[in-house]
Amino acid sequence: MAEANAKPKSFQEIILRLQTYWASKGCAIMQPYDMEVGAGTFHPATTLRSLGSRPWAAAYVQPSRRPTDGRYGENPNRLQHYYQYQVLIKPSPPDLQDLYLGSLQAIGIDMDLHDIRFVEDDWESPTLGAWGLGWEVWCDGMEVSQFTYFQQVGGHDCHPVSGELTYGLERLAMYVLGIDHVMEMPFNDPQSPIPLSYGDVFRQTEQEYSRWNFDVANTEMLLKHFEDAEAECEAILSREAEDPKTGKRIVMAHPAYDQCIKASHLFNLLDARGVISVTERQAYIGRVRALAKKCADAFVTTEAGGWTAETAA
Amino acid sequence: MPDLLIELFSEEIPARMQADAAATLKKRMTDGLVEAGLTYAHAAAFHTPRRLTLAVEGLLAESPTIREERRGPKADAPEKAIEGFLRGAGITRDQVEEREDKKGKVLFAIIERPGRPAADIVAEVLEQTIRSFPWPKSMRWGAGPLRWVRPLHSILAILTTEAGKIVVPLDIDGIHSGDTTEGHRFMAPGRFAVNGFEDYAARLKRAHVVLDPSERAEHILNDAQNAAFAAGLELVEDRGLLSEVAGLVEWPVVLMGAIAPDFLDLPPEVLQTSMKEHQKFFSVKNPKSGRFERFVTVANRETADNGATVLAGNLKVLSARLSDAKFFWENDLRIAKREKMQPWLDQLANVTFHAKLGSQAARIDRIAALARQIAPMTGADPDLAEQAARVAKADLSSEMVFEFPELQGLMGRYYAEAAGLPAEVAAAAQEHYAPLGPSDAVPAAPVSATVALADKLDTLTGFWAIDEKPTGSKDPYALRRAALGVIRIVLSNGLRLHLDRLIDAQILRHQIAPVHDDALLDEILAEIAHHGVFGAAVHAIIDRIPGDKPDWLERITGHTPDLSDDLLAFFHDRLKVHLRDEGVRHDVIDACLAMPNRDDLALVVKRATALSDFLRTEDGGNLLQGFKRANNILTQAEEKDGVAYEFGADPKFAETDEERTLFAALETAKPRIDTAMQAEDFAAAMSAMAALRAPIDAFFEAVQINTDNQVVRRNRLNMLSTIRTTCLTVADLTKLEG
Repeated sequence: MAEANAKPKSFQEIILRLQTYWASKGCAIMQPYDMEVGAGTFHPATTLRSLGSRPWAAAYVQPSRRPTDGRYGENPNRLQHYYQYQVLIKPSPPDLQDLYLGSLQAIGIDMDLHDIRFVEDDWESPTLGAWGLGWEVWCDGMEVSQFTYFQQVGGHDCHPVSGELTYGLERLAMYVLGIDHVMEMPFNDPQSPIPLSYGDVFRQTEQEYSRWNFDVANTEMLLKHFEDAEAECEAILSREAEDPKTGKRIVMAHPAYDQCIKASHLFNLLDARGVISVTERQAYIGRVRALAKKCADAFVTTEAGGWTAETAA
Repeated sequence: MPDLLIELFSEEIPARMQADAAATLKKRMTDGLVEAGLTYAHAAAFHTPRRLTLAVEGLLAESPTIREERRGPKADAPEKAIEGFLRGAGITRDQVEEREDKKGKVLFAIIERPGRPAADIVAEVLEQTIRSFPWPKSMRWGAGPLRWVRPLHSILAILTTEAGKIVVPLDIDGIHSGDTTEGHRFMAPGRFAVNGFEDYAARLKRAHVVLDPSERAEHILNDAQNAAFAAGLELVEDRGLLSEVAGLVEWPVVLMGAIAPDFLDLPPEVLQTSMKEHQKFFSVKNPKSGRFERFVTVANRETADNGATVLAGNLKVLSARLSDAKFFWENDLRIAKREKMQPWLDQLANVTFHAKLGSQAARIDRIAALARQIAPMTGADPDLAEQAARVAKADLSSEMVFEFPELQGLMGRYYAEAAGLPAEVAAAAQEHYAPLGPSDAVPAAPVSATVALADKLDTLTGFWAIDEKPTGSKDPYALRRAALGVIRIVLSNGLRLHLDRLIDAQILRHQIAPVHDDALLDEILAEIAHHGVFGAAVHAIIDRIPGDKPDWLERITGHTPDLSDDLLAFFHDRLKVHLRDEGVRHDVIDACLAMPNRDDLALVVKRATALSDFLRTEDGGNLLQGFKRANNILTQAEEKDGVAYEFGADPKFAETDEERTLFAALETAKPRIDTAMQAEDFAAAMSAMAALRAPIDAFFEAVQINTDNQVVRRNRLNMLSTIRTTCLTVADLTKLEG
């Protein structure tokens, strides 16, 4: 194992090091998707790009929202808005485990002092109609990442298989930096002229969103939005492939998928408001999954999804 | 003779799958080798998180040459027949021998299959084994089509003899076999070559891999026990956890840490569950106080600081986990103490038990009603039984059970105690789930047994009412276990109850209660539970309803027993399985189930046990033969004559002493049998029957039933009928085999 890197000083330094590391391994460093999502997997750079035969390598930070996890900024580990770091490489390279371990070294984890373990944890997203096999990665008994070989996404078998890495950034950073409460974590360098903690940046928003998520969000409106997003998704996909204006073949997989993402987040908000019963829950998840499947069906008929005029003919 | 060594090296194999996978590798490989003619002296399989290993000793160097003779048609048979024979044997005409036979010249094919070298056979069998390996869950990776539990990286396959080693040539989708492996991922990275199994195991150990899982487990157990002992404490053993942890490490290093004092007030089960489920820690307890004070974690490596960083990290995670648990415990206790768990019960109205069976709250109402009705039969106080049924599932809404579902019941007991409820009620909260497995204890306390019965019967009748019974291997609601639970509770507590009536009442409750909440309904269902659906009392209640009768009454008056009969038959099937395990033959049970009150399981078993014991005696066996003989003769005569000989025999028509003796014996036996039957003393009844054995034998010896004198014949047949009736008082002996 290579020499351990110096210990990082801040949350953002850990992010920057991950970006640099994965860029050096050939990943396209992408930006977060500009919509509310529950996890980095929802980014089309993962969900859609894991489909079809074309090779892909991307890494990015994705702000993720889980309304039910809001704790008004008081719980040391739980947030309704947090960051995931996501890596997706297709086909999964044979040395993906080693590449991953390299990234831990890059953020200052000394491989000679820690106990890193790959513990069985199969991943499944009922809303995306996706599953894969892999592990949760433990560092000294703490889960620091999720490591998955995608087998199916949107109901489609993955050929080739993508390797997906997901780091829970706050938890990982707190461990590396030795911080006990997320709000006390230095966001930038504590030696900066204006040092900012995670709490300086996010404590107030955690409070505001916790209140809104749990007690204020207009459930009738959210329900309507859910239905609108669902209807729009289906409407988009029902259009013929050929655009009458340009005469070109333009399948609108991404705009449709945006509506699917919306529906999924609206469902999460409704869930946090406690208006979805246990029985209804399954039905809602099924509706989002149906959209995800249709978007996947559409994506594989696009060029990025591996479609070519020749193979189609 | 060569030795074979195979290692399939992959990314981390789930701990729970390793042992089965190693056993499968051994079985499929050795079966395949033997089938191809390669016998061997000894085989052993091993596993670590990253490898499955098979070592075969004393393998044949090549498969034996096989010579087979196949007899064909006659030499002068039609050309077509001969061609077919040659094709089937895969030879040409000039390879055929002609031999003289009794019938003339016959063609013989001599097929010789030459032996093949072991390497070729191993390669074939190994490829087949890898490609069709039955993992519980397997995956693809990269761009290849191969499936394995996680990406397969290398295949070591060598045959070694004194002369040296050869690599078994194999290429599976780009993975070439070789003679190298890898050591510990962190402590000894890099590949190395090996020569044979002993060399392999030794080099692996030098590279910080303990190959043998039992050696790893033993090492963990010893070190953990020693560490605990040195601190004056004792390790809480957990075999399941030990084998799981042994499957997570190649180089086990035991580390012990202290549980922070803030958490020592948590119930020990909570500490243990949290540590085990989340972190796979062993618990270490203080033998004096019984409290869990420390934990043992098993790292996969030695570190430069002797595990200090690893232990500190684990402690940190433990603190976070236990802080959560403590938070749940304190919140829960507050609700239990101040609000007597009421908010939890209210919440259960919003929790669906099953889409067609309503909410948990509705289920609790039904269980409470049934528990009240069962209470008199178990000797429980009906009020306590109802109260216990009402709170037994309250903990399902607690935060602790939400986090650790496996603590359901146990937390219920703690919280019921905190709420100041009677001890019997608190105990029932925990015990009403029992028995869960075949080795699980059966609740003996009357209140616990009552709620346990009511809970299980409600589940069974519910799923019967919505027609979701177990089929084949599918039993998603564990209904077989529930039925066996009822049987074990009834039997071990010697409870005498009419299951049929309880089933009828609860099926009706399922069908009616969801829409009607009515005191009258309760009264009628209680009547059914105690006296049956066709009891006069039920109709008396119905008759005295003034004015318009509620429409649900039709459900009751029109109730057909098909569903209940079907469920009772399910109980009987489970009972047979249960008794078979206890050594009672199925035909013995059938003979007892043919008797009245077959829904009184304790009675059925009492009969069956007595009959089973009786049949093991010499008298029993002979009496059975006597009975069968009498019955056969009688049945044939009845069929032939078209009459039932049930008029009773008259001693005055007896012609021989043997007849008269048998008359006397029957006369003597009858009152003894009747008295024993009154007392349900089946053993005594059968011993009275056993006294008939000698007279019956003597009777058949001396007397010919069929005589020309029709009066005498009829009288003898009537006597046989008396014998039959007498012998059938305990059980239907016609159902017995042999």
